[in-house]
Amino acid sequence: MTCSRRDFLRNTVGGSLASVMPLSAFTLLSHAEAEAALADSKVRWAFLVDTNKCVGCGLCVTACKTENEIPFDAAVTRTWVERYVVTKDGETHIDSPMGGRDGFIDDKIRDEEIDPKTIDKAFFVPKLCNQCDNPPCVQVCPVGATYQTLDGVVLIDRNWCIGCGYCVMACPYGVRFFHPEKKVADKCNFCYHRISKGMQPACVECCSFGARRIANLNDPDDPVAKIIKTERVSVLKDEYGTKPHVFYLGLDAEVR
Amino acid sequence: MLEEPVVHGIEWTVKELFVYPNEFIYWSIQIVMYPYMTGLVAGAFVLSSLYHVFGQKDLKEIAQFSLVFSLALLPVAALPLLLHLQQPTRAMEPLLTPHFTSAIAAFGIVFTTYGLIVVSEIWFVYRKYFVEQVHALKGKTGLSNAFRRMVYRVLTMGAFDVSDEAIRVDKKAAAIFAAVGIPVACFLHGYAGFIFGSVKANALWMSPLMPVIFIMSAVVSGIALCMLTYIVIMEWRAFRQRRRGGVVMAGEIKGAEKEVIGKAARYLIGFLVAAISLEMLDLIFRGYTAMKSWDILRSVMYGKDFMNIFVLQYTLGNLVPFLLLILPRRSLFRTVIALLLVLFGVFMMRWNVVIGGQAFSLSFSGYMHYEIPIIPHSIETFKEGLFGALMVITTPFVLFWVINKFVPSLQREY
Amino acid sequence: MKWHVLRPLWLAIGLVGAILVARQFLVPDDFGVHGRNFTYGYHRLSNIQEWKDFPVKYKGRESCAECHEENVLKLNSSSHAAVECENCHGPSVNHPDDVELLPLNKTRELCLRCHAFLDYPNSARGQLISIEDQRHKRRYECVKCHNPHDPKEEVE
Repeated sequence: MTCSRRDFLRNTVGGSLASVMPLSAFTLLSHAEAEAALADSKVRWAFLVDTNKCVGCGLCVTACKTENEIPFDAAVTRTWVERYVVTKDGETHIDSPMGGRDGFIDDKIRDEEIDPKTIDKAFFVPKLCNQCDNPPCVQVCPVGATYQTLDGVVLIDRNWCIGCGYCVMACPYGVRFFHPEKKVADKCNFCYHRISKGMQPACVECCSFGARRIANLNDPDDPVAKIIKTERVSVLKDEYGTKPHVFYLGLDAEVR
Repeated sequence: MLEEPVVHGIEWTVKELFVYPNEFIYWSIQIVMYPYMTGLVAGAFVLSSLYHVFGQKDLKEIAQFSLVFSLALLPVAALPLLLHLQQPTRAMEPLLTPHFTSAIAAFGIVFTTYGLIVVSEIWFVYRKYFVEQVHALKGKTGLSNAFRRMVYRVLTMGAFDVSDEAIRVDKKAAAIFAAVGIPVACFLHGYAGFIFGSVKANALWMSPLMPVIFIMSAVVSGIALCMLTYIVIMEWRAFRQRRRGGVVMAGEIKGAEKEVIGKAARYLIGFLVAAISLEMLDLIFRGYTAMKSWDILRSVMYGKDFMNIFVLQYTLGNLVPFLLLILPRRSLFRTVIALLLVLFGVFMMRWNVVIGGQAFSLSFSGYMHYEIPIIPHSIETFKEGLFGALMVITTPFVLFWVINKFVPSLQREY
Repeated sequence: MKWHVLRPLWLAIGLVGAILVARQFLVPDDFGVHGRNFTYGYHRLSNIQEWKDFPVKYKGRESCAECHEENVLKLNSSSHAAVECENCHGPSVNHPDDVELLPLNKTRELCLRCHAFLDYPNSARGQLISIEDQRHKRRYECVKCHNPHDPKEEVE
């Protein structure tokens, strides 16, 4: 990163404070002043996944589960890695055992042997919540338990969620699930508790290959944001109009 | 009993091929029951209004009954939701902080409004009876009489004027509520269809036709249920009369029953045709436009779910009862069979939408099979299993029995 | 005018009133529109801070280097430089205050995540040094022979 950590921290803290303070004191500020403060939020979080670099080690999934206290043996996860194996006969074999939590050690896909000589291409695709600009999950929450912060992260209020599951059904990407212990909706939040302190999300921290990176699109000096803006990137399922903010390098046409 | 934390849905979902890790059948049997019950509510109310608003005099008897039955069904419509919610203690939140961009938030408002309309209409129809009961029970001894008198006093809400003019005003008010209630009843169930139809993430649900299809089949199920329950009650009465030797009375009951059922059946056929036409239209459009999801939808509809959709719902649940009802010399027995099949068909429609919509993965590359928990081994497998569903379907009859003790929906004078 | 017709109306008003009163007690004061608009920003404001206060588990290499400088330097100049300490040693959380010895993962499975051979062409995985698990020293932990802080180093 070219900017110093101090600058990054300062910008993040300053931006967060600037966005939260007018709201918490909205009884003191006029509506117009509050609007003005909203407009120049200094942070818009985005994510960059480089599928060319992902080796399918699954350490990101393990780290995420540990960091975010998702029960390790539960079959749900805030982030996961999918393996795609495209064979010469035009078939695409896809799997994600336990979300890739234990990596991909076996070359069998659901007990099916695939002869390596028949493989045209194979790759790994990490997925997580896209923190969409038009999040359909937020739109359908009947009680206002899920919402989007000014810096673009979609959060869930565990004390208010009624557990109806509408948000889970509304997400086209399948990133939401019910927390098995808390019995409310849950999903990736870019490790909001970490990025708000100037740290990286756990999955970004633990990826040894640089396949995962977080970016602040509103920071002119952010190198990852620069890649998103200047290089060829794609997103998942853009036809739903969700405006996802997880960008992919090397996203294959076969990815579902 | 501390239960091991279990991923919601894992116990009744079997995944096939590639399904996203977090995907399970989250909306299971209770979410099938919910539109089914609200559909019965809407249908029963519409049937009742056919008399109160459009003056279909022959429907008077069944109209009274179906109005009260609609009330008995109403709390039961909320029951599946309470059983489904992961946090049922927070069930009031849609009324406290409704997020109106969500169709489910409409639930609190619409449900309450509709409940008030039904209760108000019943009040106006039976107020005279309540007042008469208060006077009749005066001076009678015994705890149960005293209790009944108190209940009737509360039910009058202090309005004891039963002059001709007051009764005339009552009837007019009842008619107004019956009229206003029709669009509200339609909205009550239409929005349930909107809940599904507006989910763009689900390839099967996403359709502007969904609310209309839901309303049409709701009215169908409501009319069918009222007709069926009415037949059962009338047959029981005729049977009792015959046992007492009142053959003539029994004959009268049967005669009236036949006329009412005949009339109601015509409306049923109309809505049945409308419902099936819309579903066919939806299917044809999907096949013709062949969007990205068509491959997986087709393999689900023509493969795994072929029995559920084409045999159970379309044939047994729609075509067969339609034929049974329109062919000449329709007997009561044939009508009853047709009504049972219709009720089954509407249930299958809800099943095929809710469960069918989750039968394929968001990846369009895998399937999910729903195995409904039969014998519950935990709270969750009870709530979202067969016994939970049975609890929902039997409660309206229990409630109706209780309400009927105070509101005489089956007497001919009202 | 027969005023009794308004009785149900009073009932309705009473019910709505009760809900509004309940709202005063049951809904937190900071619940409202706080974000962009009603669609995407309707929530309880204090929840944001609750998420910011969520405990951090993984502290990162710089934090390990504060005490374990030697190991970190060795790692940094090895072929495993990109591997995070906590990937093998587990999250430090409040180490050493709460846990003196972190639960080190020495299993084969951990190493195989990257180093199990998968014959995938044009894939970063295919380019890693790897072994066929079944054919390479099946009974032993990898770390018996390979130093994870410097995999190219000879181990006795």
